[in-house]
Order: sequence, then structure tokens, then C-alpha cells
Amino acid sequence: MNTSFNPSSRPQSTNAGPETCLSLEDVSISYGNGKNVAVNHVFMEIPKGKVTAFIGPSGCGKSTVLRALNRMNDLIEGCGLTGRVLFDGQDLYDKRVDPVEVRRRIGMVFQKPNPFPKSIYENIAFGARINGYQGDMDELVESSLRKAALWDEAKDKLKESGFSLSGGQQQRLCIARTIAVEPEVILMDEPCSALDPISTLKIEETMHELKKTFTIVIVTHNMQQATRVSDLTGFFNVTNMADYEGKVGCLEEFGETERIFNSPAQQATQDYVSGRFG
Amino acid sequence: MTMSPFPTAGKRPGAAVQSSLHRRPSLPRNRWNAVFTVLAGLFAAIVVLPLVLVLVYVMIKGGSMMSLKLLTELPPAPGMDGGGIGNAIIGTLLVSLIAALIAIPVGVGGGIYLAEYSKSGAFASFVRFGTNVLSGVPSIICGVFVYGLIVATKLFFGQSYSAMAGGIALSVLMLPTIIKTTDEGLKLVPQELRWGAIGVGASKFVTITQITLPTAMKPIATGIVLSIARAAGETAPLIFTALFSPFWPEGLFNPIASMSVLIYNYAIMPYDVQIALAWATSFVLVMMILIMNIFARYLGSLNRV
Repeated sequence: MNTSFNPSSRPQSTNAGPETCLSLEDVSISYGNGKNVAVNHVFMEIPKGKVTAFIGPSGCGKSTVLRALNRMNDLIEGCGLTGRVLFDGQDLYDKRVDPVEVRRRIGMVFQKPNPFPKSIYENIAFGARINGYQGDMDELVESSLRKAALWDEAKDKLKESGFSLSGGQQQRLCIARTIAVEPEVILMDEPCSALDPISTLKIEETMHELKKTFTIVIVTHNMQQATRVSDLTGFFNVTNMADYEGKVGCLEEFGETERIFNSPAQQATQDYVSGRFG
Repeated sequence: MTMSPFPTAGKRPGAAVQSSLHRRPSLPRNRWNAVFTVLAGLFAAIVVLPLVLVLVYVMIKGGSMMSLKLLTELPPAPGMDGGGIGNAIIGTLLVSLIAALIAIPVGVGGGIYLAEYSKSGAFASFVRFGTNVLSGVPSIICGVFVYGLIVATKLFFGQSYSAMAGGIALSVLMLPTIIKTTDEGLKLVPQELRWGAIGVGASKFVTITQITLPTAMKPIATGIVLSIARAAGETAPLIFTALFSPFWPEGLFNPIASMSVLIYNYAIMPYDVQIALAWATSFVLVMMILIMNIFARYLGSLNRV
């Protein structure tokens, strides 16, 4: 295989134990130039090569935290962050860090499928090309589509528009597009919320494949999905702060998915996962 | 049967007539309906009437003169016969081209700044406000402005009136339309598309040039073509800047003929030949602008991959 793409190529196997990939240290995020605090004092260590799920009621800040992991919040005006987000030991919010480089190594799949108005082939080639990919593009497109479990459905219409695919296929195309630039982490923001159960199932199967090579962080509203795909689960909740009017999100509990769902330490987690609220 | 507060219910004697669902034209609401339908249709007809009349009139007066000679020869000297408007056609195309070459990069660039870079700050709202004001400035003011700036000062190689000055005056007229359509076209691009590009590690520049701009190409191209069509027919800014010339164009820095100024000059001359040429020019100009408008509509209807 041509290795000219990624000079600092990461090890292919991720059996190096529970190594920390992303670590959040006292992260608080606010919108509107500090007026509205979205989430407060989050501490979290996301291990490498695992699937980590964020669950919680609406407005608890789980998507906000996810977007903070690849500096997507930079695009939202007036969004501020305090604390540190470490990726492989480097602070993502250090002044010298280039957010474009961060997003190349920490890719993102969005809630609504958002293929580019280009052909299926070009959708995948785009990311690789702008990142200076020198290898065989056809090969990359095929392998990315295979990893996203879309190859069999799309191989005969690579030249057709990305919009010609169904919603579930479009979302898998977006996953393939993200894989194609070989990031180290893939962030998924409710990737299945706009999809039917069968497409959801296919994407979950895709995730099981992907976790062999990538670290995955997924935000989901669907607790069954969290139990199906994730190794660890973080439960976010909204609380009233003593010195602040309005609700603020916080990380209530974080641990092995099995423990969170079967024997959570917090009463709020117990109530949420058993469907008593949210 | 209980009394209904509705007027038609109680007055009707026969229950069968009353409960019929058939349309009764004599009802007041149906009469008013008819009156207003006719009225709206009438006004709509009046709206398109000037367009039809202008087209028909110009076609009758000018269309009959259409010939290869008209399109390729120089206008005759006063008192002489024959001739064409070849120099004016080339002049209009040239001046419009200069205007487009200046206004498209500046206008599209300004629109990109407004839609993609400005953070809803004071400067951006000032630029948007200025664009609106500029689009309302009478075209003759643009002409006087460029006259004062370039022609009177002999800015270009000591030349006063020139094709270049004419092109610059027209570009000032084209700018607001191009800025506005670019700005609005880019705003229609879904935010998710930008996120998608940025999410695979595209820089802002790559996102704009390869994703956002191509997606918004349709409205932008339409706006550009419409603005060129509008500028190509302008007279006032050219009288002060490009002036006129009865000869073939002599480079960018000399006075140049244009169809609109030719019409302005020849239509009031006491010679029949010149007046006829003015009509023929009107026909060519109207057709050119019509075709560009149709082309803009065609661009707008194109479906991208």
C-alpha cells in the first residue's frame, strides 16, 4: 500500500490497551460570548480504539461537547471554551494549533446526511485530494466505500450524484467520505436520527467494523443504540446551578456501558436509562 | 329546521335548492370574484403591454433593416446613404467586456466576503447598506463620477474619453447587482455543506472555492448575466466617458462607439438615413438584451450534478 498519504502513519493495530485518546479537563462551554453556559466542568477520558457514546436529555450539551472535540464550535459565533481538551497529549485549544489539521485527524459525521453536490466518487475523493493524497484514488474510493458498507450498493453508480442515494446510503457515504482522509477519531453527532431502523442497523454494523481502526465518539438519543454499539457511555444531564439562572449541562456519570445501564452509581442515570425521564 | 344566522340559509324556500352544491353565479361573492379576476387580469395585461409594444414597434421600424451590411459596416457620413453599425456593436461588446472583467471579480469577491467572512459586524452592514444605496444611484451620476475621476484628469496616458473609462463607469453600475446576488446565493447554501467540508479537514478557502461557490453558481451566474444585460443598454454613463466615434475602435484608450450612444446621437439627426440606423440599432440592442435575459433564465434552470 502506498503510504505517502500520512507520514505520521499511526499503528494499524490498536491493541495497545486502554490508551487515552481524548481527554477533557474541566471543560466548560458557553454560547453568546459567555452569556449562556451550555455545559460545565466536564472531566472525561476517552480511550483509543473504543466506541464512546454520549447520552442524555435534550439541551444537556452532549452535542456541544462533541463539537468541541474537533473545534467545530469555532464556526459558531460567540462560542467560548475554558479548560483543556487534550488529544494525544496536545491541547487542541492551544494558540499554535491549526483547527484545519485538528479536523483532518478528528473527522466528523453529522446528524443530517450532507453529501456534497458532486458525484459519489468525487464526494469521497474530495477530502483525500485536498489533503494531498498521492495514491490510487480509485482504490481509496473503493476501500472507503467498502468500510462504510456501501460498496455493493454504489459501485455501479459512482459517477452519479450523491443525492441519488437514499437517506441511509447518503449517511454511509458521509461516513465513507470521513474515513477516506484516514482520521484517527470519528465523531458522530446523532448519525441515525434521520434514518429508518434498517439504515440505522446498517450504520451500527459499519461502526462495529470501524472501531477496529478508529476511535469513535457518538452522540445518540437512542439508548438501545448506545448499548448496542458503545463500550463506554457518558450520561449528560441538565441541572440548575446555584449561582446561575437557567439550566446548565454537566457530565453526570461516565463509565463502561454495561455498568451505566445495569448498575449506575447516580440516581439520575438510573432514572434516565430506565426511561423514567428524558 | 332551526334558523341559521347565515343569510342564504333562511331565505331560500326550497330545501332542495338550498342544499345544492352547484355554483350560483348570481351570488354576490361570485360576482365580486368575477369582477376582481377581470380587474387583476386587466392590470396584468397593462403591465406587459409596454414590453410588447416596444418590441413590436422596434421590430417594425428597425427589423426591416436587418442585413449583414448593417452588422459589419461603418455608419455613413451625414447626407450619405447605406452603411451599418458594426463599430457600435463591437464597441458595446468591448465596453461591456471591460465592465464585466472589473465588476465580476470585485463583485463576487465582495459577495463572498459578506456571506462567508464577515461576522455580522458593523463593517459588513455598512457594505450591505452601501450596496443598496449604490444600486439606487442614477446611472448618469456614475457617468459624471467617472468623468471627474478619469476623463477630466486624463488619467490613462493623457487620453480623456476612452473605452476604458466607459467600461469602468458601467462596472460601477454592475457592482451592486453582482454583490447582492453572490451574497444571497451563498446564503442559500446549506450550512451543513460547509460543515461537511470543514469536517473532512478542508480549509475555509478550499471550502468556499470547491464546495460553497460551485453550489451557488446558478444564482451567481444568473445575476452576472442580468447585470451585464442591464449595463449593455446604458447610455448616460457612456456619454461622459466613452463618448462616440464614427470609426472602428482604436484601442482601449480612445473614444469608442456604442449602440446606446449611437441611438442617442442619430435619433435626433435631421437625416433619414441616420434615423433609420438608430431604429436598426435599437432593434439589435433590444434583441441582444432579450437574448441575454433568456440566457440568464436558462442558466437559472440548469440542474447541477
